[in-house]
This record gives sequence, structure tokens and C-alpha cells, in this order.
Amino acid sequence: MKKRTGQSPESIVIVGCGRLGAMLASHLSRSGSRVVVIDRDSSSFDLLEAGFSGFRVTGDAVEHDVLREANLAEADLMLAVTQKDTLNLMVAQVAKVLFEVPHVIARVYEPKREILYRRLDIETISPTSLTSQELLRRVTRKREQP
Amino acid sequence: MRVILVGSGRILYYLARQFIRKEYDVQIIAPTLLEARELSQHVSRPVLAGDATDPKILEGVGAFRADVVLALTPNDEDNLAVCQIAGLMYKVPRTIALVNDPENEEVFHKLNVSVAISATRILSIILEEQAGFEEIGKLISVAEGRVSVAEITLREDSPAAGATIDSLVLPDEALIGGIIREGKVQIPKGGSRLLTADRLILIATDTSMDEAIRELVGENGN
Repeated sequence: MKKRTGQSPESIVIVGCGRLGAMLASHLSRSGSRVVVIDRDSSSFDLLEAGFSGFRVTGDAVEHDVLREANLAEADLMLAVTQKDTLNLMVAQVAKVLFEVPHVIARVYEPKREILYRRLDIETISPTSLTSQELLRRVTRKREQP
Repeated sequence: MRVILVGSGRILYYLARQFIRKEYDVQIIAPTLLEARELSQHVSRPVLAGDATDPKILEGVGAFRADVVLALTPNDEDNLAVCQIAGLMYKVPRTIALVNDPENEEVFHKLNVSVAISATRILSIILEEQAGFEEIGKLISVAEGRVSVAEITLREDSPAAGATIDSLVLPDEALIGGIIREGKVQIPKGGSRLLTADRLILIATDTSMDEAIRELVGENGN
């Protein structure tokens, strides 16, 4: 997999403008990337920072027309962060296979499908696992301190 | 045959009923307890309630032994997940998904779904045929959707009627696979002469199909 290192990717598509998507979009846009954010509900874009200078696309990301409108084929990075695991997985695969996006990451809540994610060779990030690891780390540290 | 049906609503009910009549071993998964209970009463079979994109649920209905999984939910992403879990994790040999966006048919093939069916595409084909283009019937897509097989009927005014196979100028990626005349199938040879009312089985890549049809039945055939 091609990865840009040491510099902010130039062109980023973010699918899902919830709290996480809006935060990522605002941050990446501020740091100089060209950002396109997709959400099926246009009112979600209210969550973006006032200074957001990227593009907003309203539509369902399972439709290729919507992905094309977001110029996905030109993207260096795609982040699939909607509330729905299966949607993130599908969009991530379509981005890799059809639009040949070099770097794709999908957010997934459900650890039960872990084997599937690995089989599909999709890079995933799981808030459930991350939160549990961090909580356990802190709890263990407290316990170890007498 | 062991079939697992995943979905909701009427399509799930009618397919379940049809497969049960055919005495298939049918396992059914519906999304809610209420729907599962109602469907179970209608088809007199147990129906499991649950999210079929959770691998445990598919395992619970014996995915390891299934011959076919049909994913018929209204959401393309869920149908893809169900088929991929079935195919990759439980080695189900045949997975069939319903897709809403016709463009997803091709992608789903690439993503290890055996068959992806777009109701939209099928309906638009039927509609076009009803609208008076019945001399051309698209039969099937093969080779991951890149090649189509179509049935074409020659009319009196079709350029190919009366011509020999040799004399036709078909695109490189198109060929006539068979001639159906008076109910009999003939293998096309160079010297075979095509006649009015012949039905031709045309095999072509999607990029060559239109040109091939124009060559055979003329501009107004399409």
C-alpha cells in the first residue's frame, strides 16, 4: 500500500459527518488538506467548524455517483466514519477496489467481525477496542500504585 | 439444498414460501423479533431474529453447511457484509445479494459475491422491452458483467437478413454464438445465410454490444 509519510495528505474524502467526521474534517482542513466530506443528511454539516474550507457532498455513499461527485478517484486518503459498520466496510472496499484510493481506513464498532476485516484486508480502527484498552491501562496503573 | 435467507418484508416471505414448497432446507433470519414471529407463523418454520451481519447469527443457522446464502435486505452495505461473512468465514459456495444501485452489481462481483442482482436494472430492461424493443432481449451478464449475451430477432428490414455470416462486419469483441431457426439451433458457419425471423444469440463485451446490434438489425433496432 502506498502511503504518504511526514506530510499531510493532499486530498482527503471523509464519509460521515458525525462528531468524529466533523472533527477530523475541521482539523484536516485547517492544516491545509483539501477535504471533501460526505453525509446523507445535510444538517450534519452544521457540526463542522465555521472556518471549514472544504467541500460538502450530500448523498448516500453506497451510490457511486455520490462518490464520484466527491472526486474519490483523486483522493490520497479516505476515512469511512459513519455510524454504521457495514456501510464503512462497503465504502472502504469500493474506494480501494474501484477508485484505487491508496490509503483507506474504516471505523468499526463491532469487534466480533474482526476476522472478516482482516480477511478483507481493510485497515480498521475500533473505538470499542481503543477505549477498553485505554480504560484497562489506567485502571491497572491505579491498582499497581499502592 | 440448504438455503439461508436474510431479509425482511414481502420478498423474504414469498421466497421463503417458494423454497419451502420446493422442499429445500430453508433457514430464515429476520431483523426484529416481531417480524420473525409473524413470518414464522406464516411459513410454519422457525425464523431467527437478529442482525445477520453479526457472524454469530449466521453461524447459529448453520452457515458452515449451507449451499446458498441470499441477502435480501433493503441496504446494499448489509447485503454485502452478509455475503462476505458467509463466503469468507463460513465458506458458503454461493452467495447472492440484492443491490439497489445497479452500479453495485459489478463491484459486488469483484468483492467475492457470487451473484448480485439489481431489481432496478431488471425492471428497466423489462420496461424497455415493453416499450417496443422486443427484438432485442438481454439474457445474461457473464465474466463479472463485462460480457453480455443477448437474443436478437432479425426483421425483414434488418441489414443482416439475407446476408452470410462471412459478409457481416462485427466488432472484434462480438460474435454470433448460435442461430435459432424454426425452433432448432444451428451452429453459425462462415457461409451460413441469415434469414428474416432468425433469432441470433449474440455474445459481446459491453463496449461492442451496441455496434454489433446496429450491424445486425440497423439503427432503429436499439
